[in-house]
Amino acid sequence: MSVYAYFVAGWLLLAGAYGMVRSRNMVHTIVSLSVAQSGTYVLLLAVGYQYHALAPVFGSARKPSDHVVDPVVQAMTLTDIVVSATVTALLLALAIQISKRQGTVDPDELSALKG
Amino acid sequence: MPAGAAAAAGAGAALSYSTGAAHLMPVIIAVPVIVCCVLVAAGPRLPRRATDTLATATAAGVTGLAGWLLAATRHGRVVTWSGGWRPVHGLSVGIPLIAGPLNAGLVLIASSLVTCALLYSWEYVESVSGRYHALMLLFLAGMDAFAMSGDVFDMFVFFELMGAAAYALTGMKIEDPTAVQGGLIFGVINSFGAYLSLFGIGILYSRTGQLGLPQLGAALRHHQPGVLIIASFVLIVTGFCVKAAMVPFHFWTADVEAVAPTPVCVLFSGVMVELGVYGVARVYWVVFSPAIPHGDIRQAFVVLGALTAAVGAIMCFAQRHLKRLLAYSTIAHVGLFLMGFATLDPDGTAGAALYVAGHAGIKSALFLLVGILLARYGNVDEHRLYGRARRDRLVAALYFTAGFGLAALPPFGLALGKSVAEGAVPAAGYAWAPALFVLVSAATGGAVLRAGARVFLGLGSRPGRAVQPGYADATAGEEAGDAAETTGAEERETPGLSRVPVTMILPVGILLAGALAAGVLPGSGQAFGDAAQRFTDAAGYISQALFHGSAAALHPEPAVAWTASGVGLDVLSAALAAGFAGLGLYARRLPPALRRAGRPARPVIGTLRRVHSGHVGDYVAWLLLGVAGLAALIGLPLL
Repeated sequence: MSVYAYFVAGWLLLAGAYGMVRSRNMVHTIVSLSVAQSGTYVLLLAVGYQYHALAPVFGSARKPSDHVVDPVVQAMTLTDIVVSATVTALLLALAIQISKRQGTVDPDELSALKG
Repeated sequence: MPAGAAAAAGAGAALSYSTGAAHLMPVIIAVPVIVCCVLVAAGPRLPRRATDTLATATAAGVTGLAGWLLAATRHGRVVTWSGGWRPVHGLSVGIPLIAGPLNAGLVLIASSLVTCALLYSWEYVESVSGRYHALMLLFLAGMDAFAMSGDVFDMFVFFELMGAAAYALTGMKIEDPTAVQGGLIFGVINSFGAYLSLFGIGILYSRTGQLGLPQLGAALRHHQPGVLIIASFVLIVTGFCVKAAMVPFHFWTADVEAVAPTPVCVLFSGVMVELGVYGVARVYWVVFSPAIPHGDIRQAFVVLGALTAAVGAIMCFAQRHLKRLLAYSTIAHVGLFLMGFATLDPDGTAGAALYVAGHAGIKSALFLLVGILLARYGNVDEHRLYGRARRDRLVAALYFTAGFGLAALPPFGLALGKSVAEGAVPAAGYAWAPALFVLVSAATGGAVLRAGARVFLGLGSRPGRAVQPGYADATAGEEAGDAAETTGAEERETPGLSRVPVTMILPVGILLAGALAAGVLPGSGQAFGDAAQRFTDAAGYISQALFHGSAAALHPEPAVAWTASGVGLDVLSAALAAGFAGLGLYARRLPPALRRAGRPARPVIGTLRRVHSGHVGDYVAWLLLGVAGLAALIGLPLL
């Protein structure tokens, strides 16, 4: 796989982190977290990809000796997406509650916890 | 994936066999998940007591199974390959669960703490249609599975499973805005840490093509420490260090434990944070110990452990919100655990493990006692509770017992663990370590005792009144400090209790008895010594998991036991704790010269307070700085 894909993965991770640091809105923070996680999808798929290899689905047309891309990283990416969906949904629900109770989702104005 | 491996493992499945103990591990994970589903489905129709009984009985049953598993690991590790995909000639596509005595012990601690917390919750938590109980059981399943997993990707998945349950438990009191905010901070920081771990796992997989811990360990046997290997190690342990509340990844801890329901705090402080330390130690020993030199790791984690202990102890002493105080004391102790594990020898590991076990009992008991205060008086602020709990004699007696236990008074297990770890760290080349151990135990114990003396005995000057003329500058400084801290005016978690129900006192007694047993039972030291030998034997782990080898015989090491010098230092730290408590109570009555001598400490504490800003963006920035620092500490010496 070309080295370009790894740069994209790293860039997504850092861009998401930057978004979380500079965020003025909790929903934006949570979406930035998802952006950072997208970096892991790209990394995992890049690790398993090979040029001119086939999808890892074996049957009458494709024998186990054929050249296929790595199915393990694809399974990992799917698991990762499931985890991400759970966490993102939960965090967005919490953000809605914060907005209802405190009338703001700006982390600069949420200062109940400190010291 | 090489197709041959799949075929070979398929053949292995055909001749798979298992002993009784090997079946235990999947059962320990599956039972709480199944009961969790039952509770979610039937919760609205079940009466409250049925929900309580079912959940508590499930946790107690899992505790029994964990005890059985621990007994089975005495003669070697118990290995299960999911679906019977056992390795053939060291090749496997299967996913193992591997229990040695140390992680089986952690499973036992986690299960017993959940049992105690659920028992305490009978009268304490208002559960809406069984969801609280369901989440607690899911949390238990996640912790147990994380501790037993022998696969690094599964560790990530179970890490996130226990994380998701923990975020939901933290933010469960949705009518309390701070609780929801705490849950959100917890979720963002911990999940970001977990994704960095996953990044590291991806890099490691790209280098080795493996995910199982034993397979990875075998694959890295002959690797030089390349940049990618070091990067993957740093990224993988970052997630675990976030969970372990290591400075500078620790910021979420106090915010979350201040607002989470008290029985949940018991699990956070008592075992979840320690599971993070376990994750770092397990991954290093099995996977990376051949590739990254021991001296390098020892240096990095002793330094970060000492920093964690110092920051935790200072912040702990500066708190008035009792749950935050206990949370910072956990951070301080985690620093000491890290130093114990960082010796990378069986002695330090045994000491740290015993320290963790003793700490779990004591700290959990303290949290439950603070929960009783919250239930009876409606807040957890040391100043507002001044003298209000004078009549609760039993609660006070238990509180002071636990407070001295936290300050490492023998014969609690915590004191034995501290003395063993304290002996092992100087042996690894850090002669200053015992002083730090004593001071940190004294400061955290002293803070707990000071709060107890104010609340239960009404000792010290009444807070907030004694403004003496002539000290305007000092008072102004203190008031500025007050504005930057969290007071303990927390929302009640229960309707006010006129008396303390037995289901709330009984778990405290059980936990303290457990902490005492770890120190005084005759076989305890030997058992922890053996567990540490197994834990530090990475080659044995790989050979038993991959090649069906039998467990190596244990060396008849000198047993982990009480020593005169260890007991002396323990008693010293307990006495110093009483001294610190007195200093905290009567600081205003000290002669002016002495008070002026303490003034340089103020800016330090003020800066530390300001750094703990409760702002999620700041915490992410600190996390990134921590990754860079960890990479520098580990990577630079190897260049």
